Amino acid sequence: MGQAIVEFSKLSKRFGKIQALDGLDLELEPGQIHGFLGPNGAGKTTAIRVLLGMLRADSGRVRLFGADPWNRAVQLHRRLAYVPGEVTLWPRLTGGEVIDLLTSLRGATNEQRRAEMIERFELDPTRKTRTYSKGNRQKVALVAALASDVDLLVLDEPTSGLDPLMELVFQQAVAEAAARGTAVLLSSHILAEVEKLCSQVTIIREGRTVESGSLQQLRHLTRSHVVLGSDIPAHVLAGLAAVHELHSQQAVHRFSVEPDGIEEVLAILRGYAVHSFSCTPPSLEELFLHHYTSAGR
Amino acid sequence: MSARGAGRHALPTQGTGTLAGAGVLWRSMLRTSRWGIAIWALALVGLLYYMALAVNEVLGAQGLQARAAIIGLPAGAMLSGPGYGLDNYTLEVMVANELLGLYAVMVGIMSLRLAVRHTRTDEEAGRTELLRALPVGRLAPVTAALATCLLANVVVSGLMLAALLLLGFPLPGSVGFCLGLMLVGLVFAAIGALCAQLSSSARTAASLAGAVLALAYLLRAVGDASEPGGNVLSWLTPVGWIQQQRLFVEQRWWPLLLVVAMLIAVGLASFLLQQRREVGAGLLPQRAGRDRARALGRRVIGVGARLDRGRLFGWTVSILVAAVLTGSLAGPVADAFRDLPQLQAVLGLRGGQAALQEIVVAAMATFLVFFAMVVAIFAVQGAHRLRRDESLGRVELLLATAVSRWWVMGSQLLLNVAGCAWLLVIAGFGLGVGAQPGMGEAVLGTFIAAALWNLPVVACWLALSMLALGLGRGAVLVWIGLVACIVVGMYGPLLNLPQSVLDAEPFTSVNALEIVHEQASMLVPAGYALAAAILAALALILYSRRDLGR
Repeated sequence: MGQAIVEFSKLSKRFGKIQALDGLDLELEPGQIHGFLGPNGAGKTTAIRVLLGMLRADSGRVRLFGADPWNRAVQLHRRLAYVPGEVTLWPRLTGGEVIDLLTSLRGATNEQRRAEMIERFELDPTRKTRTYSKGNRQKVALVAALASDVDLLVLDEPTSGLDPLMELVFQQAVAEAAARGTAVLLSSHILAEVEKLCSQVTIIREGRTVESGSLQQLRHLTRSHVVLGSDIPAHVLAGLAAVHELHSQQAVHRFSVEPDGIEEVLAILRGYAVHSFSCTPPSLEELFLHHYTSAGR
Repeated sequence: MSARGAGRHALPTQGTGTLAGAGVLWRSMLRTSRWGIAIWALALVGLLYYMALAVNEVLGAQGLQARAAIIGLPAGAMLSGPGYGLDNYTLEVMVANELLGLYAVMVGIMSLRLAVRHTRTDEEAGRTELLRALPVGRLAPVTAALATCLLANVVVSGLMLAALLLLGFPLPGSVGFCLGLMLVGLVFAAIGALCAQLSSSARTAASLAGAVLALAYLLRAVGDASEPGGNVLSWLTPVGWIQQQRLFVEQRWWPLLLVVAMLIAVGLASFLLQQRREVGAGLLPQRAGRDRARALGRRVIGVGARLDRGRLFGWTVSILVAAVLTGSLAGPVADAFRDLPQLQAVLGLRGGQAALQEIVVAAMATFLVFFAMVVAIFAVQGAHRLRRDESLGRVELLLATAVSRWWVMGSQLLLNVAGCAWLLVIAGFGLGVGAQPGMGEAVLGTFIAAALWNLPVVACWLALSMLALGLGRGAVLVWIGLVACIVVGMYGPLLNLPQSVLDAEPFTSVNALEIVHEQASMLVPAGYALAAAILAALALILYSRRDLGR
C-alpha cells in the first residue's frame, strides 16, 4: 500500500464549550472512494476544514499527501479540489466565470472536461450566480472541481441540492474520476449514494470515529435478515444462539442472524425440506442506525 | 369549499389581506434593530445637545455673529444652509442653519439602511420566502419595514425635541426642526424601500438610495451657495425644503407639505411595485453574462478589482462632482473677502492681494482635509467585502485552491490603497479644476500633490479595518474611531475639547498644502505611512494564523 492521502489520527478541535472533534481517526488510501458518514453536528465539516487548513487542530495528527495542511496549504491545494455543502458564490459573476476562476487558481483547467461537465450537469454558464438555485450553485462548484486534474476530491455533502437525475450524473462523474485514479473523500447523508460509490466507510459520532473499514467488513458486524420457508420446527431454530428475533408463521420463519451464524443455520437445515431461502445483508442504513441508536446514549 | 369550511382552517388571530402578519413582522424587526436604533438616537441627540452647549461656551454671542459672516459666504453656505437670520445669528438660528442639513443626511442614512435591511437584505437571504410561505400578506414585509423606520424616526425626533426644549429653544421652531427631520427620515426610508424593489441586490439598493440622498444634499448645497436664501436648486429636494422653513426666523410651515407629498408619492410607488413583483425578483433586468472569465477574472486580484469596481466608480463620480463644486467656491470666497473689509478685520488680516490669496488657499486646505476624511470612509469599507466573503463561505472556496491567505488579504490591501490614492487624486483634480478660474493661477498639480500627501493617514484607516478582520472582529470600533475623528476634525474648535484631543485628531495634522510648498516637514505623513505599514503587516500575520470561520 502506498502512502495514505488523508490521515487523521486522534484529531481534536474545540470551539468554546463545544467539543467538535474528539479523537477522530480516518485513513484514505490512493484510489479509494471513502464515505464519511455521521449525523448533523457530528464534526464532518469541521474535520474537512481542518484537512483544508482553514482550522488548526487542537491536538492529534493530520496529514494531507503526507504533509501538514496548516503549514503547506497552498502547495497541497494544487492537488485537490473541494466542494462545500453550502455553496455561496459571488453574485455578480456568472457561473462560467466562477468555474474559470476556481480552476485557474488551482492550476490548469481541463478544457475538454469542463465543457463536458457543463453539458452533463445542464448548467447555463452565462447566468449571474445570484439567479442560481442552490442546486445550480452546487453544480458550479462540482463542475469546477471535476474540470481540474487533481489527486483528491473533497466533497462535503455535495448533492444536497441536486435532483435525482443530476445525482445520477454526479455519481457517474465521481466514479469516472475514481477510475482515473483520483481519491475521493465523500461526506454524505445519502446512504444509498455512499453504498453505491464508496469502497471504504468511516462513521463518526460526536467527533469520534465509531466505525471504519470496508463496507464488507462493516457488514460483518451486523446481523443479516433471513426469510426461510421450511418445515423445520420453530423451537429448533430458536435453540441456536446466533438466531434472534424469530417470527414463525406456519412454515415461514423470519429471523435475523449474526454474521458468523449463517453457516450454523445452513448446517441444521440439512434433513429438513427447504422451499425458499433468502438472506439479506444489512444495508448501510441499518449499520448507520445501529451505531446511532444502540451504541450508547 | 364553503365559507364555514374555510373559516375552520383559517388561522385564528391573523387577517387574510395583503397586510396579514405585518404586526408580527414588525415586532421581530424591532427586536433585531432595537440596539441600532438606540445607538443612532443617542448619538444624534447627544451630539446635537453637546454641540449647542459647546458653541455657546466657545463662541458666545459675538463669536456667533462673526461666524455668521463666514457662514454667509458661498463656501459656508454650501456646508450649512440657506442662511436665514444671519444678521441676528443666535444659537438656535445657528443650529437650524448649520446642523439641519447635516442631520437630514444622518437620519436619511439611518432610515434608508433600516428600510433596505428589512426588505431586500431579508429577501436576498431567503428569509422573506420563508415568511411569505406563512400566512403573511404580500405587503406585510414592506409595511413592517416602513413601520420600523417610522418608530426609529419618532424616537430620534422625539428625543431631539426634548433636547432642544431643554436648551431653551422656542417651541414652534423646535417642532419644525424635529418634524422636518422625521419627515425627511421617512422619505428616505420610502426611497430605500423603493430602491429595494428595483434591484435584486441589497447592496445595489442601498447604494442607489444613498446616491439619491447625496444628490439631494448636493443640489441644495449648490443652490444655497449660489445666493443667500438659495435658488431654485434649493427647492428641488426634501433636504432643501426643511431648511426653507426659516426656522427661528420668520418660520413658515408650508414647505413641510412638500415633504409630506413626496413621502406619499414615494411610499405609494414602493407599495405598488411590491404588489406586482415576484419574491426574489428585481425590476431592473438581469442580463446574461460571459460564459468564460477573462484573463484578469482568473486571478484573485483581478476578481477583487472586478467586484469592487462598481463601488469605486460610484465614489469617483461623487467625489469628482463634490470637489469641482467645492473648488469653484474659490472665486466667490475671494470676492466676498475683497468686498468685506470688516471681515478681514475680524480674521486679523491686513489687506493686499497676497493675504486674500492666502485665505483662499487656507480654505482649500480645509476642503482637502474634508475630502481626506471622505476617502477614509472608503478605506474603512475596504475590509468589508472580505469579511462578508468569509462569513458566507466564499473565502473558503478560494482558499481551498492554491491561494495563500497572505494574498487573499494582501490583494485586497493593494486594491484599496490604489483605490484610496485614486480617489485622493480625483479630489485634488476636482478642487484644482474648480478653483483654477477663481484663483487665477495653475493649481491643478499643487492640489493633486497635496491631496496625495493625505494617503498615509487614509492608509492607516484601511490597515486598521484589516487589522480588525485579522483579529476576526467586526469593524465597529474602527468606525466609531473614524466618526469621532471626523467630528473632532470638522467641529473640534466648536466642541470645547482639551487641546490634547484636538492634537490627537489625525486628519488636520497633515498640512498637505504646506508640504507641497515646502513650508512644512513631511515627517508627519512619513510617520503615518510607517504606522500603516506596521498595522497592515500585523493584520496579514493575524489573518494567516487564525481559524477561518463562516
